[in-house]
Amino acid sequence: MAVLELTNISKHFGAIQAVNDVSLSIEPGQVVGLMGDNGAGKSTLVKMIAGNFRPSHGDMRLEGKELILHKPSEARQHGIEIVHQDLALCNNLTAAANVYLGRELRRGVGPFRILDYAAMYKRAGQLFAQLKSETRPRDLVKQMSGGQRQAVAIARTMLSQAKIVLMDEPTAAISVRQVAEVLNLIRHLRDQGIAVVLISHRMPDVFDVADRVIVMRRGRKVADKRIASSSPEEVTGLITGAIEQVV
Amino acid sequence: MAVTLDQTIAQKQHSFLSRMFSSQTFWVVIAVILACIFLSFATDAFATQKNLYNITRNITFVAIIALGMTFVIITGGIDLSVGSVLCLSSMVLAVTMHAGYSIEVGILASIATALSIGAFNGILIAYLGFPPFVVTLGMLSIARSLAMVASNNTVVFQFGPDHDKLLALGGGAWVFGIANPVLYMIILALITGFTLRWTKFGRHIFAIGGNEHAATLTGVPVRQIKVAVYMISALAAGIAGIVQTGWLGAVTTNLGNGMELQVIAATVIGGADLAGGVGTAFGAIVGAALIEVIRNSLGLLGINAFWQGVFIGGAILLAVLFDRIRNFRRND
Repeated sequence: MAVLELTNISKHFGAIQAVNDVSLSIEPGQVVGLMGDNGAGKSTLVKMIAGNFRPSHGDMRLEGKELILHKPSEARQHGIEIVHQDLALCNNLTAAANVYLGRELRRGVGPFRILDYAAMYKRAGQLFAQLKSETRPRDLVKQMSGGQRQAVAIARTMLSQAKIVLMDEPTAAISVRQVAEVLNLIRHLRDQGIAVVLISHRMPDVFDVADRVIVMRRGRKVADKRIASSSPEEVTGLITGAIEQVV
Repeated sequence: MAVTLDQTIAQKQHSFLSRMFSSQTFWVVIAVILACIFLSFATDAFATQKNLYNITRNITFVAIIALGMTFVIITGGIDLSVGSVLCLSSMVLAVTMHAGYSIEVGILASIATALSIGAFNGILIAYLGFPPFVVTLGMLSIARSLAMVASNNTVVFQFGPDHDKLLALGGGAWVFGIANPVLYMIILALITGFTLRWTKFGRHIFAIGGNEHAATLTGVPVRQIKVAVYMISALAAGIAGIVQTGWLGAVTTNLGNGMELQVIAATVIGGADLAGGVGTAFGAIVGAALIEVIRNSLGLLGINAFWQGVFIGGAILLAVLFDRIRNFRRND
């Protein structure tokens, strides 16, 4: 069964049609590359899944149940996590503190509850081990490499039982070696049965890690096919409009 | 033998000692201790019980407010109104008690005044997006003016039926001969330190100072917390005002004039970063202590009091210089 299913989703802001009649479904453990030029509607589409916007038309289903989101925290409760483009990390805090930001573990009774440092360090360490990332929970994020910072942001999505992780341009501003690290992190998420939506401008990354590619142009979905049966040339053509549409 | 991933993850990069030596607060503590040792030998008057009693008590008023200011500074904000809020709280207490009300009513009115000013500052800053500097600069002027209105710009020194209670509250020494204000300072410092290190609220304050946008995205209630920190800052000023009123036995409308700068200096010397994200309760106390020791020693060493500003200003620059040198080394 599809973990996420969108049917005839549209979104308009006044007279601007940002997303137009898009349908798609994503299976568990699948990595989907979402590509398109600036203004193609990828961000708007993702923001609807993440609970930032409500669709004007159409409906969304999560594991078969209708999904209506009023704010981002509701998406999180449903197991939809997002890794923001700027990673949303606090440099002055430790890796573990960043992983648990906004949902800190506490111990104690009633109103007398204190932060549970030991449990947070331990669990964060386990998550980094799962991601095969050399990241120490006690280190400040300030001192970390781009790949480690990505690991911290991704570990955050694994705290709860995430079903879908939306990643906004995770490889846009890091070095070549770190890109390989991030793509590995994505594979580890996939291996745990989590569906990953990878928004990216970088063709090699999508062809490296994704199972499927969805191309958007001017608010419409113009392609949705398996990576194996597509090519970078075809996707480029679809993004620019040289190729109208493939089914 | 190869180092496994688990070992790497479990490794602590910094030992307790290395962290201590790299902290600005630690070096300021050393400076305070060295200064005290030097003064004990250089002058006869320093290490007397009376002088130490005076020093510890003088530290408290700046230190108590600096504790509140630490919360604000960690979020990346600033509160310039604390000196005026101290004055207004003192005046509300004095006028209420002078009118014949009990000390409880006076303190309640005084605290309520401080909290509402803090809430006003916080709401303007958090919900309407005013810059903290501007809002609290405005309040610096407003609060002092209100204190003048409340007292008709007179000196209040008669506090009604509970006059003696108030003087005992601020001027007494109920435990082991330690001045009461010092006890209040220690209790408040412990509460502040605990809050910053062990509560979710404290963690979120650091997060806001580190990256406010990230805090918002991860679901930290940024606006409510910002209002709370300005209320805490004003509350600290209010408490300091009540204690100082009891100690001085009189309130004038220039009480706490320019105090905001001493308070900010204390927090910065103690290691807080005006850019936000860094600060400790202990640092605020140590910063206040260094300023007071400098002030006190100049008097004892017979140096003209006009030089005070030079030494305190120098201490601020020196403390921050240490921090810069550490950063340069790290960037190399």
